[in-house]
Amino acid sequence: MCLAIPGKITAIKNQLATVDFNGIKKEINISLVNARVGEYVMVHAGFAIEKMDDGYAKEMQGYLGHKERRV
Amino acid sequence: MFPASYFTKMDKLVKNIRIKAEKIGRPIRLMELCGTHSQTIAEYGIKKLMPKNITLVSGPGCPVCVTDQSDIDVVVSLALAGIPVAVYGDTMQVPGNVVSLEDARRNGADVEIVYSISEAVELQKEKPSLVFFGLGFETTTGMTAWAIKNGLTVYSAHKLFPLAMEALLANKKIRVDGFIDPGHVSAIIGTEVYQKFKIPQVVAGFSGEDVLVAIDKLLGQILEHKFWVENAYGILVKKEGNKKALNLIDEVFEVSDAKWRGLGEIKNSGLKIRKKYCLQDAEVVHQKLIAKIKKDIRTKPSACKCGLVLQGLIEPKDCPLFRRVCTPESPQGACMVSVEGSCNVEYRYGK
Repeated sequence: MCLAIPGKITAIKNQLATVDFNGIKKEINISLVNARVGEYVMVHAGFAIEKMDDGYAKEMQGYLGHKERRV
Repeated sequence: MFPASYFTKMDKLVKNIRIKAEKIGRPIRLMELCGTHSQTIAEYGIKKLMPKNITLVSGPGCPVCVTDQSDIDVVVSLALAGIPVAVYGDTMQVPGNVVSLEDARRNGADVEIVYSISEAVELQKEKPSLVFFGLGFETTTGMTAWAIKNGLTVYSAHKLFPLAMEALLANKKIRVDGFIDPGHVSAIIGTEVYQKFKIPQVVAGFSGEDVLVAIDKLLGQILEHKFWVENAYGILVKKEGNKKALNLIDEVFEVSDAKWRGLGEIKNSGLKIRKKYCLQDAEVVHQKLIAKIKKDIRTKPSACKCGLVLQGLIEPKDCPLFRRVCTPESPQGACMVSVEGSCNVEYRYGK
């Protein structure tokens, strides 16, 4: 039941955010967190339960940037 | 595919664990408290990587499994009485003294499966008498609180995780040398709450590497004859937890006594809906019906040992029903139903 996936917020409209899970976008409820566009959140059962810290975001961006450079 | 460096890292961790285990030189039992950790351990075959003196045991971290039979029976009976209910999918097959929710649905009861509680909030607009079966630990409680504030009626079987840890530690029959604390429960409640437990603890994430790191750190503490709470999931878990979610939970719920499968009644371990929201509390709305349901329930005898498995007192294979009559297709108890239940995990990955 505690399975959760991290994703990046790409847009916010009221309590709902569009979250990008490695290319798949979903509407996620962000009522439980104070999150902004561009931040990473951990998502469980349709809700963001907590924000990922900046280190994680940088690591993900670094990884994606590295991948893009290779292409 | 995992890069080769990933396995090198795992190898190194396993090597460190072996060195530490040898230095400790006595049998050590580590308990993973979260069902999702049990799943990771099985998936990566981590038990097989452990030195002989290190045993990993599963604890009471499967929310569906620890939900008391009486709560399941009440929700099934509500559905059979004609009240539409909405539930998370993993509760459907739990056998009961009445029938399972799955059987109730087959017999015409209105039982809706939702992935997210927000779907139940939408459903209630079409079905105003809908009751949602709220269960689980702090990971899901905040969502239920949000849904109640948004008009949903709920039957609450929500539980407080640290109280289960307290109950385990108080039971002298259970010998555990360290806890792998749950990752996503901790994202909500933080790490400070664990400090009162005088036992080595590591809060961990859910990859195979995360679990190995946790085991390595626990053995490190044991080797030093010390105990503290280490946070190995710092990218998500904060010392003080998620205050917004905690405030929301506190606004909607208050602490109450609760019954757990296996652990029995634990004082102040449950959450009931505050009076302010009593019109959305199924226990208030359907008070008379629920009282009658509880009075009428006749407990069926069962050889299911789920209660003992949940406390790490026996392994699933020690249960006479396991694999013989109890399988995921025909579960005899909650631990075989949930994909996080120890019996279900052992059935799929063990042998």
